[in-house]
Amino acid sequence: MSAAPSVSTPDLSVQDLRKEFAGHVAVHNLSFAVQRGSFFSILGPSGCGKTTLLRMIAGFIEPDSGEIVIGGRSMRAVAPNRRPVNMVFQQLALFPMMSVGENVAFGLARRGVGKLERTRRADAMLERVGLAGAGLKRVDQLSGGQRQRVAIARSLVLEPTLLLLDEPLGALDLKLREHMKIELKQLQASFGTTFVYITHDQSEALVLSDHVAVMNHGRFEQLGTPQQLYYEPATAFVAGFVGANNRIFGQLKSSDGDIAEIETSDGWTVRAKKSGPIAAGDHVEAFVRPEAAILERDASQLPANQAHYVGSVQSLLFDGANSAVLLHEDLTHFEFRVALPQTGRFADLKVGERIYFSFDPRRAICFPSHGGPHG
Amino acid sequence: MVDIGDATPVRAWQRRLILILLLAPALLWLFALIVLPHVQLALLSLRERVAPHVYQPSLAQFHTFFAEPLYWQVFVRTALLSIVATALTLLVAFPIAWVITKVARGRASALLFVVCLIPFWVSETVRALGWLILLRESGVLPALLVKLGLTAVPVELLYHDATILTGLVYTSLLFMVVPLVSSLESLDNSLIEAAYDLGASGFATLKNIVIPHAAPGITAGCIVVFMLTLGNYLTPNLLGGKNSQWFTELIYTQFIVRFNWEQGAAFGFLLLGLSTAIVAVGLRLSGQRFVDVMRRS
Amino acid sequence: MIASLPRPAWLRTATVLYVAAFLVFLFLPLVIVGVFAFNDANYPAPPWRGFTLDWFTGSAATGRVGLFHDTELLGSIWTSLIVAVWVTILSVTVGTANAFLMERYRFPGKQVLSVLMLTPLVIPGVILGISILSFSSRVAELADDLFGLDLDFLRPGLPLVVLGQFSYIATIATLMISARLKRFDSTLEEAALNLGASHAAVLGTITLPYLRPALIGSAAISFLMSFENFNTTLMLVGSDAPLTVMMYGRMREGASPVLNAVSLFLMLASAALALTMMRGGPRTEAAKSAAAQ
Repeated sequence: MSAAPSVSTPDLSVQDLRKEFAGHVAVHNLSFAVQRGSFFSILGPSGCGKTTLLRMIAGFIEPDSGEIVIGGRSMRAVAPNRRPVNMVFQQLALFPMMSVGENVAFGLARRGVGKLERTRRADAMLERVGLAGAGLKRVDQLSGGQRQRVAIARSLVLEPTLLLLDEPLGALDLKLREHMKIELKQLQASFGTTFVYITHDQSEALVLSDHVAVMNHGRFEQLGTPQQLYYEPATAFVAGFVGANNRIFGQLKSSDGDIAEIETSDGWTVRAKKSGPIAAGDHVEAFVRPEAAILERDASQLPANQAHYVGSVQSLLFDGANSAVLLHEDLTHFEFRVALPQTGRFADLKVGERIYFSFDPRRAICFPSHGGPHG
Repeated sequence: MVDIGDATPVRAWQRRLILILLLAPALLWLFALIVLPHVQLALLSLRERVAPHVYQPSLAQFHTFFAEPLYWQVFVRTALLSIVATALTLLVAFPIAWVITKVARGRASALLFVVCLIPFWVSETVRALGWLILLRESGVLPALLVKLGLTAVPVELLYHDATILTGLVYTSLLFMVVPLVSSLESLDNSLIEAAYDLGASGFATLKNIVIPHAAPGITAGCIVVFMLTLGNYLTPNLLGGKNSQWFTELIYTQFIVRFNWEQGAAFGFLLLGLSTAIVAVGLRLSGQRFVDVMRRS
Repeated sequence: MIASLPRPAWLRTATVLYVAAFLVFLFLPLVIVGVFAFNDANYPAPPWRGFTLDWFTGSAATGRVGLFHDTELLGSIWTSLIVAVWVTILSVTVGTANAFLMERYRFPGKQVLSVLMLTPLVIPGVILGISILSFSSRVAELADDLFGLDLDFLRPGLPLVVLGQFSYIATIATLMISARLKRFDSTLEEAALNLGASHAAVLGTITLPYLRPALIGSAAISFLMSFENFNTTLMLVGSDAPLTVMMYGRMREGASPVLNAVSLFLMLASAALALTMMRGGPRTEAAKSAAAQ
């Protein structure tokens, strides 16, 4: 686990935080820091403990042990409503009994800001999030995206050190979600507030974040930039969870420096970069990104220093720029996914056609395996 | 039998016949047992007997009501005590509804709810008997007070207004708890957390979030409790004895004891008018429709 | 505050104490009634004089007429049962018809009718009683004057009690059955028709089985409410008093523990009915049924 580079005092610093529920460890002695003004995501499957972690930062759950420091101040025994933290809830939790403006002004009213002043500030905030003049509308008159902006405005008007977001895009449909991703990133950039965002959607995390922590079973598998997670996954879980990947289970036959030769139980041999100490005979799983592989109709066109394979086209997955093809490797019928080049060069590929492919072992990675189909 | 548009080949005359067959019991019920009896009651209240079997239209019954202080005093007293009883019921029931929906979890919550309901499956007569045995001079509580040295001799705990109120609140609790629970249940916890997160105190959250959300349930509960309290006979009569002076007792006396149906009918209409008026005011104040409120409760 | 927010210790303690006090308030009268059914004394009052079953099994021979030999009381239970059975049959039948009428048909005046159907709930029971009493005696009078008929059933007595109770219990049955019918997915009926079922068969094999829980629930509630009704019954009762009216009369004369004995029976019966119903349906269903009281 790598620490985020230190540029200034962190807005959020968590040390050795732990929480158990009835013997089940939800959050496993976590430590990390989030830099001021950054967009930090916690990415993990449901049940990984990310919601518990977020609610501990917000103060809704008391940790068993460990320390949460926000803006340089320890949050021990600080009630959630006294923390310099606000939260955007999963279902947004806009107050249906109030107008949009009253929602945004709610926190200001609680702080005793006068009516005129808080209306002015709420209106100004609504304008900043692109909802000028919507103050008198009812919450249910807004679209899903507008509601989300109101939820963010309602929190940001209080100028929190930290804004926590609990999968706020989860309830939106796909098209709107794509749109809101961009909007959210722009909002964060323009306000400069530190965002801590939890999601199970790796695309959201990669698009939005400066740093992402991948969480599994109460621990961080890896903490890094989206690029690090994608190109240099630290664990098999991260490699499998972030982005599409071909996963190949096998046994290590031999090593050439940091490049391992792996044989599957069907006898297919591939080469990949080793991650961590692996000895000959160990069970491993290797990951190859679909875009790391190259297709050629003529084997001689493939790089000569790479192993060449032959496969037959099982199905064509046309998805514009994300198009791919599913191949069955000739000898073992291993299903292998290869991205189609965006030039449209293989647009005429047919199901059943045989084609050569190869990949650079330096762009494939293998980890010690603890499970998998063959042991 | 089914009405699912034109998709089903039920002929028009068949549909009409079924409609008439379904309408008949409803109309018979509502007209023979509700509408016409109340028309008759209205006519009864607006006539006066001038000689045996000779009647003439008159407002004499209503005049008597206003002329006789006992009558309208009992009327006002009944209305005021009913309002107090309704308010007390709300105060007692709200924390329980809150615990059931927001504090207790899972099985504990369901169990508490069921436990709260069970006493109300028992007849009101039985519950009144319990209070009688508990509170009367020779009863359990006065004996306990003596034993504890709080009073020298057993005191009579029956026949006070407080006793009547206790009995009325007890009888009404269920009708308050159930609508409160269903309206608080629909309040998303994240709204409360959001309010808290934005810095609201418990009181501010209650005032700004919880009460506006639960208003329909509160109104429904209050309306039902008020009506039932106003129209109650058994509890005030048994727990209040001669001191109860509940308006329904006047109606009973006129109708059954004195056989003065004209006067009894007038009293009945006054009670009905009061009940309707308070319900209307309650609905107006909370901006709700009668049909919705009744469905809710 | 809700469970996920921090609650200070005093608030937790206060909550527990409040719930405890509330439960004592709820159950104390009932427990007292039950306990004094076994007190070896002539009045249901302290002090405790020892355990006896006299108030159940005693007879004139032993000096204490217990429940099982109190023919008057047993007779009133029988009366209540008969009334309750009639009220249940009428209410569930009319309630079912109303549910179909209101959920499946459109006709002029429907809005008015739907409001009218709810009104019995807002009319105090005493007034329902006297209005039906005065109307029926008016009809009887007319029948006598015009046709020389003596319509005895229109005089205070059990038929009027049944009608009086039915007049508002029908509303409750209607609401309960409508609520379930409203949630019915009518594509199920379309599917059955599509598979060749007749309309009668669809009703018998799809719709009514779906309504069964509501029918049973409303029957149980109707029975219970009829059995426990007092206000309306008091105005319409003739010489045969149902149990609640009989108990009321005796309580005014000064209760003997035989009333505790019969109350204990009522409690056990109600509890059995309540538990069966609550086990049968999910929580909301049971709550709705109870609320309908």
